[in-house]
Amino acid sequence: MTLSRRDTLFLGAGAALAAALPMPAMADAVADAISAFTGGADVAEGGVTIDAPEIAENGNTVPVGVSAEGAESIMVLATGNPTPAVATFTFGALAASQSGSTRIRLAKTQDVIAVAKMADGSFKQASATVKVTIGGCGG
Amino acid sequence: MASGVKPRVKVPKSASAGEAITIKTLISHPMESGQRKDGDGNPIPRSIINHFTCTFNGETVIDVKMEPAISTNPYFEFEATVPESGTFEFTWQDDDGSTYTETKEITVG
Repeated sequence: MTLSRRDTLFLGAGAALAAALPMPAMADAVADAISAFTGGADVAEGGVTIDAPEIAENGNTVPVGVSAEGAESIMVLATGNPTPAVATFTFGALAASQSGSTRIRLAKTQDVIAVAKMADGSFKQASATVKVTIGGCGG
Repeated sequence: MASGVKPRVKVPKSASAGEAITIKTLISHPMESGQRKDGDGNPIPRSIINHFTCTFNGETVIDVKMEPAISTNPYFEFEATVPESGTFEFTWQDDDGSTYTETKEITVG
């Protein structure tokens, strides 16, 4: 069998796809959590601010703040944790700003995602990568 | 009921009407995630605070649904508007059904 230039390209693409596969289980859990929150609506990038450290030495307490002007609620997800859900902030009439900060556990280096439900019913999201030196979920 | 649970809240004593104030809350709680194992390899059952709310004179300021990924001694910081003098009420709900509450007065003037 002789490999043409085109065949070789296809083989290469297949190999790249296979290499990208090992993470589907986790990605599914995150996608499920997002679609449960949005009800399947489209999520636009941007409009949400995540205030998280670039490097967290201790994954047991990572300070994370989220804010999104005009948001009704914000859901925070940690993509690399055994269960991705972290917290959902819902803002009432007396919230001066649609922001909140807390301390969370991160099992390993991963992306933190914040999805905001805006007052007009649209959804926005942002993500931030946090490098974790010591994981925080026990084991 | 988890032992030694003690809520602590920091709210300014006074503010001007309509001012945005920053509120900090901390409650001591082990927040056992249910992921850890004890010395014999048996999983330690989950025991966390799963819900936190803050209201001012009965109106909601913030409502947080919490998952096991929240750290030990859950801490929250947020901003509230104070239209008049009144009382902030903070409520934490534990997995075991107990609730912990704390109130703080604020004077507008």
